[in-house]
Amino acid sequence: MTGHESSLADLPARFLPASDQSLLVSFGERIDPSASLRVRRLIRLLELNPIRGVVNLHPAYCSVLIRFDALVTEHGELEALLRPQVENLDAVSLPEPREVEIPVCYGGEFGADLADVAGLHEMTPAQVIALHSAAVYTVDFLGFAPGFGYLSGLPGELATPRLPVPRRSVPAGSVGIAGNQTGVYPFATAGGWRLIGRTPVAMFRSDRQPMSLLSIGDRVRFHPISPEEFTR
Amino acid sequence: MIRVETPGLLTTVQDLGRMGFGPVGVSPSGAADAVALRVGNRLVGNPEEAAALEMTLAGGTFVFPEGALAVLAGSDFGAAMNDAEVGPWKPFHLPPGARLRTGHTRSGARCYLCVRGGVEVKSFLGSASTHVLSGLGGFEGRALRKGDVLRIGNRVENEPRPKGAVADILLPRKTIRVTDAPQSEWFSEESRSIFFSSGYRVTEEANRMGLRLEGPAIPTPPGGQMVTEGVPLGAVQVPAGGQPIILFVEQQTTGGYPKIANVITADMSSVGQLRPRDEIRFERVDQSTARAILREQEEAIRAIH
Repeated sequence: MTGHESSLADLPARFLPASDQSLLVSFGERIDPSASLRVRRLIRLLELNPIRGVVNLHPAYCSVLIRFDALVTEHGELEALLRPQVENLDAVSLPEPREVEIPVCYGGEFGADLADVAGLHEMTPAQVIALHSAAVYTVDFLGFAPGFGYLSGLPGELATPRLPVPRRSVPAGSVGIAGNQTGVYPFATAGGWRLIGRTPVAMFRSDRQPMSLLSIGDRVRFHPISPEEFTR
Repeated sequence: MIRVETPGLLTTVQDLGRMGFGPVGVSPSGAADAVALRVGNRLVGNPEEAAALEMTLAGGTFVFPEGALAVLAGSDFGAAMNDAEVGPWKPFHLPPGARLRTGHTRSGARCYLCVRGGVEVKSFLGSASTHVLSGLGGFEGRALRKGDVLRIGNRVENEPRPKGAVADILLPRKTIRVTDAPQSEWFSEESRSIFFSSGYRVTEEANRMGLRLEGPAIPTPPGGQMVTEGVPLGAVQVPAGGQPIILFVEQQTTGGYPKIANVITADMSSVGQLRPRDEIRFERVDQSTARAILREQEEAIRAIH
């Protein structure tokens, strides 16, 4: 995945006002490695070269939401400053990815939706587990909640829509699927992903450096563990 | 110092939040009614961003062994100091050993106790704000409990302004103004007309992360699965059930539900004063109007001196 390859099919970036204090820079409407690379590069660039008035960045699969101080700048001014930079993202270099292993106890009380996910795809729960734990995922970005990594690389056979109504509370450590994404909930929060398992590992701790187990660009694998190993 | 005799329903240390940690998924947190916090701090001569106690729906009882100069900002929680009633927006002196008792709200959801010098806690990622959901920042990363003792700092900027008048435009409103969101046009004319012509009631599931509303269901766009993207403060998401959710100060940083609108910055403080069962309406404004309203609000805050 070099800058040279990724630039060939790149769509022009779009700039959309998302609120009166934020601008969405969009690199397309679908999850693909080239858009994700541009997101990581734009984040890196803005971290190294901050723009006056920009106060926060929300990376996602194929877009970056830029929050600004609306008393300091506005959409048009920001877009004019960003446009030349966004056109030169290939020049931004990124650090090497790390490899992270996450133990998961699949199914039962740990993954309340495993049977439904298996049923929707006419598979057995064991087949879902085998597919989910065989893949190597990439952390495209962290979002939603502190330390929540959005992982791409889910086998197509496991792609499943979100729940129509999100759960009021999802247990911390839950491993879920939504569309062709997978990820782990670091905290007990509301959430609409289909839960297939749970990890005993802390995804985010404020007394640890780095606080988040995952960082953008990491390579991730899941390995199945038993309920006994989970509670150990 | 401040000793907590009773904590109230949900009392946390808040300032104006921690910006810049979106890339690790940490939202800014900060005061739910930032206007009330800023005005309260100005009234006691603090820098606007000094930390204070944010009380929710029902407040606590606090003892001040060494005394303090304080103000209650935001909603009226029926407070009394040593049994003498104290209303919002009026700085008052607490003699050593004084007890400040607050009760159930008589108006909106939140009241701030600002003390001259600010509440002092260990800063986490540059802010004193408690992020309740993830147990970060503030006082031990959590809501206050009986017996907690907090230090009063020395973050003083000006003389107190005991006669500062609070302009009407700084008080909370029930018609919430919104701009378009990135998916506004995904919604049909009919959906948008339902959204803008109906009243929506705040449900019991309203907290610092977000407020679930209930009212006439908004039909969601056909094929409505979208790719997760960064979501702004005040985004109005519409999940498949058609009941809107406003994302608030401890918001998720990204989300995958289409957004029909976004609350303007100036009206976020009004959202912070909404209680369960309050009914609100939405009014659409354009970006330049939203900026003008924000500037007007800013001038009204700075006029308190």
